[in-house]
Amino acid sequence: MRDRIIFAGQLAFTLLVTAFLVVPAVLSMMAGVTANYFRGIRSGVTLDWVWQVWGLYADTIGRSFLIALSALVVCLVVGVPAAYGLYRSGGRLSRAVEEIITLPLAIPGLAIALALLLAYGGFSDFRRSWLFILAGHVVFTMPFMVRSVIAVLAAIDVKTLDESASSLGASPWRRFRDVIVPNARPGILAGSLMVVTLSLGEFNLTWMLHTPLTKTLPVGLADSYASMRLEVASAYTLVFFIMIIPLLVAMQLYAGQSAAARRRR
Amino acid sequence: MSLKTFIGLCLLPLAVVVLAFFLMPMARLIVTGASGEFGLKAYAAILLEPRYRATLINTVVLSAAVTAATLAISTVAGLFLQRHHFSGRSVLIALLTFPLAFPGVVVGFMIILLAGRQGLIGHITQAFTGQKWVFAYSMEGLFLGYLYFSIPRVILTIMAAVEKLDPSLEEAARALGAGPWAVQRDVVLPALRPAFVASGAIAFATAMGAFGTAFTLATNIDVLPMLIYTEFTLSANIAMAAALSVGLGLVAWAVLALARTYGGNTVAAAG
Repeated sequence: MRDRIIFAGQLAFTLLVTAFLVVPAVLSMMAGVTANYFRGIRSGVTLDWVWQVWGLYADTIGRSFLIALSALVVCLVVGVPAAYGLYRSGGRLSRAVEEIITLPLAIPGLAIALALLLAYGGFSDFRRSWLFILAGHVVFTMPFMVRSVIAVLAAIDVKTLDESASSLGASPWRRFRDVIVPNARPGILAGSLMVVTLSLGEFNLTWMLHTPLTKTLPVGLADSYASMRLEVASAYTLVFFIMIIPLLVAMQLYAGQSAAARRRR
Repeated sequence: MSLKTFIGLCLLPLAVVVLAFFLMPMARLIVTGASGEFGLKAYAAILLEPRYRATLINTVVLSAAVTAATLAISTVAGLFLQRHHFSGRSVLIALLTFPLAFPGVVVGFMIILLAGRQGLIGHITQAFTGQKWVFAYSMEGLFLGYLYFSIPRVILTIMAAVEKLDPSLEEAARALGAGPWAVQRDVVLPALRPAFVASGAIAFATAMGAFGTAFTLATNIDVLPMLIYTEFTLSANIAMAAALSVGLGLVAWAVLALARTYGGNTVAAAG
């Protein structure tokens, strides 16, 4: 009996915590399609607000995707070889390098953004283009790709594979292309999902780095929260949720899958 | 081409990116912090100037309170979710971890929908007490917002730690006559300490640097990220903004580094 009461109490508490996180998200999705939020859902369901958001902010959505995919390309081209290099060379130096590249996770985005502004604010063409935001996003997302790939390389004993390919006469580049990359695929995929999700939602750096002509989706969101009516802000948030939730689901399914695979091994 | 050359080539692009867009700018930030009218003393001003010191204390107290509340909430919920298997459990876990990827601004908006002028809490309290509770733009609102983004991060780490606990220890304690509370207090909680340290450090560091949520909610509240932002944009006091950012970065980094020496895996901080 007492166990039942404790169970019920804990369940109620956990449900309350879940409600705290979920209810506002549901409210915002509802508000985005409600004709008049103040009068409630009775006032009717409409897609007008979503169309209005599309008219006002479509460019920010496109730009966010452009930046996220570009950050992904840079992280793939730069991060995957680097992860291999760091893992293969090992030792104190490569641990120090890993430490340095993961610093942007500890240092608040605001500080990194200020640093970038101080260093490159004078190069006005660069400062004004979306590439400036891309630079910030790359610094911020790179550690996720590198660490994710290193974790996989360490788990599958790539060194032995690499050495046996080498003894068969394969050049370093061929080994990297035909042995390392295929084997590191789970890490590359997990890292890629992370990079795109984080870049799409990045605000702390981007708010400082953007110009009126290089607004991203989260920057537009902040704008709309400050100056638009609640329904428009909600509809815009709804658009963001629609973009980000499939990525989150993919990440969770994928994490569950690889956890199951690890247990099987 | 030898392996050594190839590894060098693999690392070269990363070195260029990190030097150009992280290390060099950070060095510039540190130098700029010391280049204002106070020189190097700008760094001391963070602690000595009453306005900066008050903001720093505000931010530290808020972050510590959020960390403590998050740890308590996540431990109760995390223990429950890891120990009991019931239908709908995985859905609950998924729902609890989704907000992990919400940017700080969106979290701020979630709090507006809960506790703003047209918020849910206001509606409910008006119906029951006749008075509308609106606190989104106050310290309480900020606290709630920080709680919102901290819970998902911490709960994952705690659940992972609970999964690794050795159930035989608890059985032994029970066999020796310990009651359920004593088992929790003397066996389970001490065993979870590394997870508390690791996830608490992340929650604290994230709260210290949280700009997005503060940007949406804290128009009238002094927290460090907002102070840096206003020093930079409104007062154009670039040297002081740089010094404050360096201070903020150092605190966040030091807390995480300290926690890591105690061991324990960490879920990355973002937002």
